[in-house]
Amino acid sequence: MPPKKIHRARELPLSQSPLLKVENLAFERDDSAVLENINLSLNRGEVLQIEGANGSGKTTLLRLLTTALQPSTGSILYKGEASSKCRYQYLSDMLYIGHQPAVKLTLTAEENLRWMINSAVKTNSLTIADALDGVGLSGYSDIPCYALSAGQHRRVALARLLISEAALWYLDEPFTAIDKQGVSFLEARLQERLNRGGAVVLTSHQDLTLNNLRKYSLSAPAGQAA
Amino acid sequence: MGHSINSGYSAWLKRDLLLAYRRRGEAASPLIFFVMVSTLIPLGLTPESSQLAEIAAGMIWVMALLATLLSVDGLFANDYQDGSLEQLLITPQLLPMPVLGKITAHWLTTGLPLTLASPLLGVMLSLPTSGYLPMLCSLALGTACLSLTGAVGAALTVSLRKGGLLLSLLVIPLYMPVIIFGTATISYAIDGLNWLPPLAILGALFAASVALCPLAAAGALRITSAN
Amino acid sequence: MSWQWFHRLGSPRWFYQTSTRWLPLLALIAAAILISGLVWGLAIAPADAKQGNSFRIIYIHVPASFLALAGYYIMAIAGAVGLIWKMKLSYMVMKSAAPIGAALTFIALVTGAIWGKPTWGTYWVWDARITSMLILLFLYLGVMALQYAYHSIDAASKAGAILALVGTVNIPIIYKSVDWWYTLHQPATIKFTSAPSMHIDMFLPLLVMIVGFYLFYAVALILHTRSEILRRERKTAWVRELIEPEAR
Repeated sequence: MPPKKIHRARELPLSQSPLLKVENLAFERDDSAVLENINLSLNRGEVLQIEGANGSGKTTLLRLLTTALQPSTGSILYKGEASSKCRYQYLSDMLYIGHQPAVKLTLTAEENLRWMINSAVKTNSLTIADALDGVGLSGYSDIPCYALSAGQHRRVALARLLISEAALWYLDEPFTAIDKQGVSFLEARLQERLNRGGAVVLTSHQDLTLNNLRKYSLSAPAGQAA
Repeated sequence: MGHSINSGYSAWLKRDLLLAYRRRGEAASPLIFFVMVSTLIPLGLTPESSQLAEIAAGMIWVMALLATLLSVDGLFANDYQDGSLEQLLITPQLLPMPVLGKITAHWLTTGLPLTLASPLLGVMLSLPTSGYLPMLCSLALGTACLSLTGAVGAALTVSLRKGGLLLSLLVIPLYMPVIIFGTATISYAIDGLNWLPPLAILGALFAASVALCPLAAAGALRITSAN
Repeated sequence: MSWQWFHRLGSPRWFYQTSTRWLPLLALIAAAILISGLVWGLAIAPADAKQGNSFRIIYIHVPASFLALAGYYIMAIAGAVGLIWKMKLSYMVMKSAAPIGAALTFIALVTGAIWGKPTWGTYWVWDARITSMLILLFLYLGVMALQYAYHSIDAASKAGAILALVGTVNIPIIYKSVDWWYTLHQPATIKFTSAPSMHIDMFLPLLVMIVGFYLFYAVALILHTRSEILRRERKTAWVRELIEPEAR
């Protein structure tokens, strides 16, 4: 009798398929198309900047990529496999920072970050204190977040980037509410992640100085369904 | 590699407990409501001990139900507003487990304090002595059912403004079996009958709720917060 | 092959066009059965020995109660079909079924109260069936309110479907609980005239009324769904054609 196969969460093999591939993605809401014919692919070391006017669906596209939203048609492939089939692997290899930094106001910066790291699967061994240092919040770890500004909230969220080892980073307007110093810090972080084999999808109006940057433009879908 | 499925549950349980602790005043309001409103009953009806004794069980249960109803609204509301719900939706762990963790935290901060405070109300409303233990048991199990079922309603209304009133409308019909068997447990004991059968049915309702409500709430969260 | 039929069934346009052809006939049959049932029950059937003529209201009360409960299950099934197969027409049927069911529940409650006054001397009795019917009304109102609260039609439909299904699971539990609760607190025995013990002369018109009510429900549901289709598909070509044929 062959030994019973033990099923574990498996690490998907390194394959030739791109890290992320999106095929014919479409999303409609209330009978009107928000996104149509989205095709893109992303390899390790690449960064995709999604551009478009307000309301063109940038945030919706990102949320579709994170599987928070379900597309009407099309598929998202992670390392060649449909995201619905390898949900755990895909989601644990992904970091998403949305429009809102998801910072709980009654917790301190340190507790918020600890909480955010707690839920992440792939992390490095950087301590929370060091991560907060890295984003310039070293004196603020014990202060409840209702006493911090919006920019400081965003920095708490961005501190996740220092600890995360996820391959895919999805960032929605990450440069909001941070100053010039913050912008260069963030760009350095992104470049470092790219150099070490990650990939980034972000929405932003900012002009970025990153290697392997590709832009993807979203235009409003043409007309209404007839 | 990776986390086992349990870490979704205890992580979110601990988080919600910590959050409730940070807002102790707010978290205590259902309890305060429970105790204060119960003083309205003698004021509105009669201070007559014997008359109060007849309605004590039912009144305590109704108050506990209303207090839970008031608080279940906040189960997902805060997370929805600051973007934490978005993060919850994309955890690698299966969604019902973190949701169950949050519901457990809600019960620990609402239902359990209500249960522990109920003997105080029993004294104030002249509950017969044989009713105290059944009251504690039925409230413990029953408020857990209320938290679970209420979570489904909260998930369905999370993205609505003024969803609180609508939540009550949705959830009260679902609460009725719980209150029927909860009060029956106490009345049986007061009448000298075996009060374990209605308690057992309450336990069955609890078992069914634990199995089904996290799934329903998770499904509802995916749908309603996506818009 | 059958999937083709199933998907065609899901097309709002197909539904609208087919119902335009068949609805008049269905309405005619429903009206004929209802009128004959009413005349038979209200005028021709013999008076009850104990209750006299006041029992005749069961010819409206009982069918309304049946349809109220059946209507909830129809609504929930429509919701389930919509969730599973993402069929928009199914969601439209679900949305249309809610107010019809709620109205029938209300009719059942009111006719029950009217029946109660001469029979037991009181308009309202907290017995198992009436109380369950009241809770059913609340469930209906909940599904309606939830759908109206959402601005997005997609979210409204899905949330309504989930709530309808949650209610479906709960209806037997609620009924059994209320039934048990009522027997627990057994006041003066008040029992509804149970159908089998009715004389055949009274029972037959009741059957006719039940059939008539089912047909009436179907007509009402189709009409309501048609207007929901027109509202939701108002931007499509075929609806515009219907509304303003001259403009094309």
